[in-house]
Amino acid sequence: MDIQDIIKPENLVYDKPRLMNDNPMHYCPGCSHGVVHKLIAEIIDEMGMEESSVGIAPVGCAVFAYNYIDIDWQEAAHGRAPAIATAVKRLNPDKLVFTYQGDGDLAAIGTAETIHACNRGENIAIIFINNGIYGMTGGQMAPTTLEGMVTATCPYGRNVELYGYPLKISDLVAKLDGTCYVTRQSVHTAAAIKKTKKAIRQAFENSMAKKGTSLVEVVSTCNSGWKMSPEKANTWMEENMFAKYPMGDLKNE
Amino acid sequence: MAKIQGAVVVNKERCKGCNLCVVACPADVLALQAKEVNNKGYHYAYMENPEKCIGCASCGYVCPDGCIAVYKTKL
Ligand SMILES: Cc1ncc(C[n+]2csc(CCOP(=O)(O)OP(=O)(O)O)c2C)c(N)n1
Ligand code: SF4
Ligand code: SF4
Ligand code: SF4
Ligand SMILES: [Mg+2]
Repeated sequence: MDIQDIIKPENLVYDKPRLMNDNPMHYCPGCSHGVVHKLIAEIIDEMGMEESSVGIAPVGCAVFAYNYIDIDWQEAAHGRAPAIATAVKRLNPDKLVFTYQGDGDLAAIGTAETIHACNRGENIAIIFINNGIYGMTGGQMAPTTLEGMVTATCPYGRNVELYGYPLKISDLVAKLDGTCYVTRQSVHTAAAIKKTKKAIRQAFENSMAKKGTSLVEVVSTCNSGWKMSPEKANTWMEENMFAKYPMGDLKNE
Repeated sequence: MAKIQGAVVVNKERCKGCNLCVVACPADVLALQAKEVNNKGYHYAYMENPEKCIGCASCGYVCPDGCIAVYKTKL
């Protein structure tokens, strides 16, 4: 059979999500952000919430997320996405409201907003892209940077005596009464991507069921900031990031 | 037993040549163009061994830029 005979609409099993538009994404080749964007677009479409979802975009590499997924968005000041999400959700309780934040945004400048939104049990979902670095600004050390990991601002590796320890913020918010679901996932293989999709779907459903705050941490790569090929970054993540940030649910109530 | 045959279509101009689909393919179907580049200058992915494709969609899932459409049929 000729390949052209297989390429017919009735045989289609996978394609770019309908809600992801054709704008070329500005992310570096192989960046995890794009994979998570696809999942969000697929889930919102499957939930039939295209007209009633509001994403809160961060400051960080994902600052232009609103250019790629065709739903409503609000851009937040650096780290303030959970505060904006609080207002949007309280004023529009029937909308699906989620934040999309990097580790610099969520676990450095926005730590207070993150913890207090989770502690208030706001009915929002937080998608947390932890690549252990400030990707957008050129690869500086983040609170989540691993011990010994080299970045632009710790060229000899993170020294915990000087800079403290990698911040496991998901473990922290899992302890708060306001969170109902806290999980850590990844998107480096097809199997992992399917699990992450389930997790984000559950977080979105929790938000609509007014169960409290859900946080899905996606342990991710920043191959540019890490100065590795995309493939090597995935291996490095498995070998190093997963030891500090292990996969699985931290809380599911 | 019916044989499964798959096929993929890579959106050549959207592809950034990251190689993640090549690595993810369990059947050694995909490769990056060795010399040819797209309008952005990337060595884009293509089916080097089309007959081996099983339509599993692993390549589609891992592609960060949504460049891959996957088709599958029973022969
Ligand atoms: C108030 C303020 N302080 C600092 C910055 C500079 N800045 C932009 S993005 C960023 C960190 C982004 O890192 P992260 O949230 O981890 O996102 P990534 O790019 O890694 O996805 C910083 C510090 C800013 N834009 N605004
Ligand atoms: S700098 Fe890092 S996080 Fe930002 S787009 Fe590039 S790979 Fe992705
Ligand atoms: S569908 Fe599966 S077998 Fe076919 S190219 Fe993609 S990963 Fe390889
Ligand atoms: S994963 Fe996507 S962007 Fe990367 S080489 Fe394959 S088709 Fe191109
Ligand atoms: Mg980051």
